[in-house]
Amino acid sequence: MALSNSGKNGWLLSIPALILLIFGAAGPLLIVVVYSFLEPGDFSGVIWNFTTEAWFRVFFERDIFDGTVSTADAHLTIFWRSLKLSILTTLATFLIGFPMAWFIATQPPNRRAAWLFLITIPFWTNLLIRTFAILEVIRNQGLLNSFLIWLGVIDAPLQILYTDTAVLIGMAYVYLPLMVLPLFAAIDRFDFKLIEAGYDLYASRWRVLRRIVIPIVRPGIVAGSILVFVPSLGAYVTPRILGGGKNMMLGNFIELQFGQGRNWPLGAALSMLLLVIVLTALLAYVRATSVEDRHNV
Amino acid sequence: MTEEAAVEARNAARYYGSGEATVKALDDVSLTIRKGEFFTLLGPSGCGKTTLLRLIAGFETPTEGQILLSGRDITDIPPNRRRVNTVFQSYALFPHLSVARNIAFGLEMLGQSRAEVGRRVEEMLDLVRLDRMADRKPAMLSGGQQQRVALARALAPAPEVLLLDEPLSALDLKLRKEMQLELKRLQTETGITFVFVTHDQEEALTMSDRIGVMRSGRLQQVGGPREIYNGPVNRFVADFIGETNFLKGMLEGGRVRLASGESLEVPGAAGQGEVTLAIRPEQIRITDDGPIEATLTQTVYFGTDTHCHLHLRDGTEIVARLQSPPSGEVGLTTGETLRLAPVPGAVQVLEGD
Repeated sequence: MALSNSGKNGWLLSIPALILLIFGAAGPLLIVVVYSFLEPGDFSGVIWNFTTEAWFRVFFERDIFDGTVSTADAHLTIFWRSLKLSILTTLATFLIGFPMAWFIATQPPNRRAAWLFLITIPFWTNLLIRTFAILEVIRNQGLLNSFLIWLGVIDAPLQILYTDTAVLIGMAYVYLPLMVLPLFAAIDRFDFKLIEAGYDLYASRWRVLRRIVIPIVRPGIVAGSILVFVPSLGAYVTPRILGGGKNMMLGNFIELQFGQGRNWPLGAALSMLLLVIVLTALLAYVRATSVEDRHNV
Repeated sequence: MTEEAAVEARNAARYYGSGEATVKALDDVSLTIRKGEFFTLLGPSGCGKTTLLRLIAGFETPTEGQILLSGRDITDIPPNRRRVNTVFQSYALFPHLSVARNIAFGLEMLGQSRAEVGRRVEEMLDLVRLDRMADRKPAMLSGGQQQRVALARALAPAPEVLLLDEPLSALDLKLRKEMQLELKRLQTETGITFVFVTHDQEEALTMSDRIGVMRSGRLQQVGGPREIYNGPVNRFVADFIGETNFLKGMLEGGRVRLASGESLEVPGAAGQGEVTLAIRPEQIRITDDGPIEATLTQTVYFGTDTHCHLHLRDGTEIVARLQSPPSGEVGLTTGETLRLAPVPGAVQVLEGD
């Protein structure tokens, strides 16, 4: 690390990043925080009056006529759907990605590069186009339904599009590489002799996987899960296209507040909520990996 | 030690590839390892010793032949159901588990109770003198300590046979000597059959009850260290184990006429024809009435002894090893003509080349 040792003035190198962070992240974030405590303007924007109304409305709603307070069930449904779909996406990418990463890591080195290259190819295509491709596959007259009908498995097309399942399929497809790459990195470092050592010490295949492989590649699993879970939670394009208008996720709901809903403070409060959820997940990640570090000292 | 067989290989063979490209890693090896003995598989890298070990462990299945454990055919039994444990060359300690948990692993997999496991782990930590390291992670230990954890982990389930795959090769010389004694002690104390793989002939000679010398997938000779060292069956074994001088000659009537023209008496040698003689460097004396004439070309001081490089009359190079006197000077000058005599019984007649 020659650069970090380049003298007392090494910190000067971080100035461009610092400027970017201040103006690109900290500044806008501050604006969002401030907006979440203001009143919504009539058509858009904000009125500079302090109020916690937006935060109240994240969780509760007040009846227009008698003013009774009840929980904002519609919002909670969206939170719950976002959380559920994000967890399921993470799970699905793990279940598909783990064998995939294992396969690549056990290939001869020259072929490994080719497989990794294939994994990264989807990144070259615009997210919108990839999502429309999935739509093409799962829609009623799409590839999947036509194929299943041709096979005789079903008589009428399955309604997959515009359901949570469609969003799940789309997100799993889009985020799969983000799971595979850190998993591959972890499995690549894994000493396969340990598997033999496990078998040698009377462990079955399942126990070798659970007691040896999984704990040792855990940093990769955690990193992949974070990389999939965080963008899933804030996903916008995929649920918008594959979920239709009804099956909104948090990202779509936030967009709605700044657009048609014309309630910027509520949108800002929701954004902050999303940030809190993500930060909680990241904290869990830091804790999980620091435990791992103590193991590896 | 009994005559009962712990491990048997019956015509065991392991091939890789097929057709023209077939590599015979192990070629028709039959071998019996006795219960309670320290048996060493010795040979250069690629001789098949590790392959044979892996067949016994169950990590690979023989292409042909059978492997028996205590008389039972285990050829098709997976490694996790064989009462055999391995000490790996790289130790293969579980990095995420503490020393104690590493040692406990096999016992837990065998379904022993928590109390039993705890007691046995204590016992093992004591045996390898690591009681104070119980809670450390393997990465916090020195190479020698990791080695001892690997040993304790493999010994804990009290296997019928312990397999050791060049376990000392990663250690420095001093530690290696220490561990050799330690291994021997552990083997004597536990009474478990040890099958030890090494390419280090000295290691093999000092530790083993019996040695199997291998080359190109085939077993060359099996016997005790003295038997192998003093009575090698062929040139390979003689050359691989210790240093040896080879002399060509014609055998007739109990005497061998050397290529240099001199005649050497070889008691007990029957038959006639071209033979190769093997004489160990430390079994050659310099005496005025010796039958062989030689010219000293170089002396090399090794501390305990001094190696004398000599030329015979026909140009054959041989080495004689003399014990260094207290002064360190053997009193010979380069270019001097000397007479050599092998110690009685030191000359081995090898067949073929």
